[in-house]
Amino acid sequence: MNELSSVDRPNSYIGRSVPRPNAKRLVAGRGQYVDDLRLPRMVHVAFLRSPHAHARILSIDSAAARAAPGVVRVVTGAEMAEVCTPWVGVLHHLKGLKSAPQHALAVDRACWQGEPVVAVVARTRAEAEDAVGLVEVAWGELPATVDMEAALAEGTPVIHPALGDNLAFMREHVGGEPDACFADAESVVVQATFHTGRHTGVCLEGRAILADYNPAEGRLTAYHSNQAPHMMQTVFAKHLGLREGDVRVICRDVGGSYGIKVHVYPDEMATAALSKILGRPVKFSADRMEGMVSDIHARDHRIAARAAVTKDGVITAMEIDDLTGIGPYSVYPRTSAVEGNQVVNLCGGPYALRGYKARTTVVFQNKTPTCQYRAVGHPIATTVTEGLVDLAAEAIGMDPAELRRRNLLADDVYPFKNHANLSFEGLSHQACLTKLLAMMDYEALKAERDALRAKGVYRGIGIASFIELTNPSPFMYGIGGARISAMDGATVRLDPDGSVAIASGVTEQGQGTEAMLAQIVAGAVGVDIARVRVTTGDTETTPYGGGTWASRGAGIGGEAALQAGHALREQILVIAGAMLQAAPEALDVRGGAVVDRATGAERLPLEELGRIVYFRGDTLPKDLPRELVATRHYTPKDYPFAFTNGAQASYLEVDVETGFVTLLKHWCVEDCGTVINPMLVDEQIRGGVVQGLGGALLEHCVYSPEGQLLSGSLADYLLPMSGEMPDIQVAHVETPTKESALGAKGAGEAGTAGAPAAVQNAINDALRPFGARVFAQPFTPARILTALGKI
Amino acid sequence: MKPAPFAYARATTLAEVFDLLETHGDSARLLAGGQSLVAALNLRLASPSVLLDINGVAALRGISFADGRLRIGALTRHAELGADPLVAQHAPLLAQAVPHIAHAAIRNRGTIGGSLALADPAAELPACILALEAVLVLASREGERRVAARDFFQGLYQTALRGDEVLAAVEIASQADVPCTLQELARRHGDYAIVGLAAQSARGALRLAWFGVGATPLRTPRAEAALAAGDVAGAQAALAGELDPPEDLHGPPALRLHLARVLLGRAAAALKGH
Repeated sequence: MNELSSVDRPNSYIGRSVPRPNAKRLVAGRGQYVDDLRLPRMVHVAFLRSPHAHARILSIDSAAARAAPGVVRVVTGAEMAEVCTPWVGVLHHLKGLKSAPQHALAVDRACWQGEPVVAVVARTRAEAEDAVGLVEVAWGELPATVDMEAALAEGTPVIHPALGDNLAFMREHVGGEPDACFADAESVVVQATFHTGRHTGVCLEGRAILADYNPAEGRLTAYHSNQAPHMMQTVFAKHLGLREGDVRVICRDVGGSYGIKVHVYPDEMATAALSKILGRPVKFSADRMEGMVSDIHARDHRIAARAAVTKDGVITAMEIDDLTGIGPYSVYPRTSAVEGNQVVNLCGGPYALRGYKARTTVVFQNKTPTCQYRAVGHPIATTVTEGLVDLAAEAIGMDPAELRRRNLLADDVYPFKNHANLSFEGLSHQACLTKLLAMMDYEALKAERDALRAKGVYRGIGIASFIELTNPSPFMYGIGGARISAMDGATVRLDPDGSVAIASGVTEQGQGTEAMLAQIVAGAVGVDIARVRVTTGDTETTPYGGGTWASRGAGIGGEAALQAGHALREQILVIAGAMLQAAPEALDVRGGAVVDRATGAERLPLEELGRIVYFRGDTLPKDLPRELVATRHYTPKDYPFAFTNGAQASYLEVDVETGFVTLLKHWCVEDCGTVINPMLVDEQIRGGVVQGLGGALLEHCVYSPEGQLLSGSLADYLLPMSGEMPDIQVAHVETPTKESALGAKGAGEAGTAGAPAAVQNAINDALRPFGARVFAQPFTPARILTALGKI
Repeated sequence: MKPAPFAYARATTLAEVFDLLETHGDSARLLAGGQSLVAALNLRLASPSVLLDINGVAALRGISFADGRLRIGALTRHAELGADPLVAQHAPLLAQAVPHIAHAAIRNRGTIGGSLALADPAAELPACILALEAVLVLASREGERRVAARDFFQGLYQTALRGDEVLAAVEIASQADVPCTLQELARRHGDYAIVGLAAQSARGALRLAWFGVGATPLRTPRAEAALAAGDVAGAQAALAGELDPPEDLHGPPALRLHLARVLLGRAAAALKGH
């Protein structure tokens, strides 16, 4: 991959698979995750969590816990409420969204199994856990609202009586003329009810925070495993009664996040509050068991959907009725209505429809709260849309790839606004599908499938086209009143030794953000990448920014870094021009030296320039600017979001005796605009595909009718593992966004967006000879055997 | 989670083990490979006051063959079991089972004695022992007693082991050149099976030992008889009366019964093709 892209300079790293600068440190075990940090006077907190889905807290007897060895303090919800104010997870632009005040520790009532109720602080985590076992809580069990289908029914207990009912949010959207399309006598209507199983993102590193409130200066420093340090700075300040400037949030190494670590969690807020109460550092590290009941869940949706297709293969309309259960609170500050809202926005997105109608109904229930997890709403919308497309193809007897080719938006229609009111700057559905079909050798694969079917081997091919929302502007959260920055900044500095330091507001959780920044800046300034150092994840030392989520790191943070790098190079050239008595325009910086732009001949190494500027400024003209540091910020302005697109395919085998699915191969072609680091982008895609495959086949938060999480350990909550994963082939089409010089759009969620739909369609293709279909994820052996009528 | 506090004692002889068991009684747990026990401690599902580490007891180690019988020391790790030529020759069912047990790291530490003493009904080795009609050697200060596998597994995680006893070894009559097969269905490789079957031919007879379908590993005599007579469909039909599998997250009892029938058919084919 040595070919240079259009934004390249002679020494550019863009488009090259350079190694990640932090990889060796992490692999060598020299990372600094929150749990690695030890501070003087540090103590540990463990939480007593509600064992019930819904229960009144009648009394708490913590005398024995307080007397236990090593215990420093036991704090109840009532005491906590005096230090940490409650929050309400609503946004103004999600009209009608309501939620109830949520506390760091439950005050009178626990609303889900796993809600933190009592905090025990002790010298060690083990002592804190010992003492948690000694706290006596008298519970008054309340009826639990568990089934989302019944949440709005007469007689179902209302979880927050002050809200009137269990409806958190509802949105309906109609675009074009869906009713006319469905009424058309010449069209065929296909329909199905889809279920996407509630699941969660399981980070290698669990949630963790080390909060250090220093009473001598009235400042809180939080070392936090989190994606959005500046957002957390605001949240801690607001709810602990501090000024934003007196809160510093540091996110050093973070072991995976996937959207899990971008929300406000009561146990983390309690930990920060405990540090303020005690005036000493307090560490909380969620273990796997409590993570399963307290990390946000996602994707708990039931979608009744239908599509109209003409007999000659024009998909004219789709209609979606989505229902989702979000737990007892809308999660703060991004809210739990976004996922349902995204389903409404995204269904039908790749297609040129004449009519679109969609509704989401978001209800409260006594389960773990849900919120944004990688590819928010996308896998749901893609599963529904692509499931309908395959049903339509079968109904009119057309090859599903051909039906897509006829109905996907043409590559020359952009800019385009669809019936869901999404604006697309430039997509490449047709090019991606063409490339996908060639890459998988679609015709040969179909022939193989058909030949094997005759021998009693049931294989299926499934295709899924998708769109992905990336690079969000303030239209995502800012307009709703949330202090979540859509802008991001980078500061780039030349030090006297000729090395370059970057500080960026976007953050690294293992995906390679820092490699991406180093590549961009090394090329923009003109130095070897080995001379570039990157700092991210510190509200005190990086420019203000939003952090990393919604696939914005490269597209927004990368563009700010590019502009800052260019600005630093201009500064260098002005100084070098004065030193070399040359016009700055006649010079360039390449390979760590000022060179003659025309010939490339070296004129001045950067370390010499640095030496003169920093130590012998007396030799330079008095009025010469000497700034060797530049900061630039970037906010998308032309489009609310930079949409990307792609297509995936799955080839698999269903054992029709056992219902087991064996994944044979997976393909993904996607278009994230400029590819900065092909290796990192491909691995993002693969990792995302695997998370999608997990949701499609394995991962499921299963609850009892009483609201107890039954799959609460990794023995029962089945994560995808390498042994069952197929080879995943990735390719790209590049349609750079014209909004930025870099042209990069996001790539982080494309894999997850399309994988479940491809698998669903492939399973149903394999089952086609039996007339059996499955639409409920995860597609377990029991569900497949049931569809086959074998159990 | 962190385990509740516990004390730790290491024994190097069986006599020391017996002393420690006498001193600590029910509050003690024997630590062999620790692959189930340590997880249970960390989850606070078990909180013994003392762990008695028997890994240094030489008398519990080793695999030997004499007088037509294979003797496998209780401390034999799964990885050793899977690589041992005597096991491969005389109890190939065990060698077949090993790759299905969890993952390499666990097989490097976990022991056959630990697996049998824990008696997890979804584990492979207890079912294999049952299919092999092995004899378990239980040692105490009074000496050794021998218990047939069918009498050893008494209920969910319950065995014939007394509080003063240690499982010392397993003895198996040689099954050299006798067909056997291990079949299981697990969602991911290394998971506990939804249903598993250890099948061992035995001179005109057949022993079928199931795992993952009840509180203990189970034999199904009517299915065995039908299959020995060459009636696969009859054997599959007999399972409905012999297995009463539980419902769990994988699905309803009907799922397990169906999958058991499928496994039986596959086992029959494997034994025939042996």
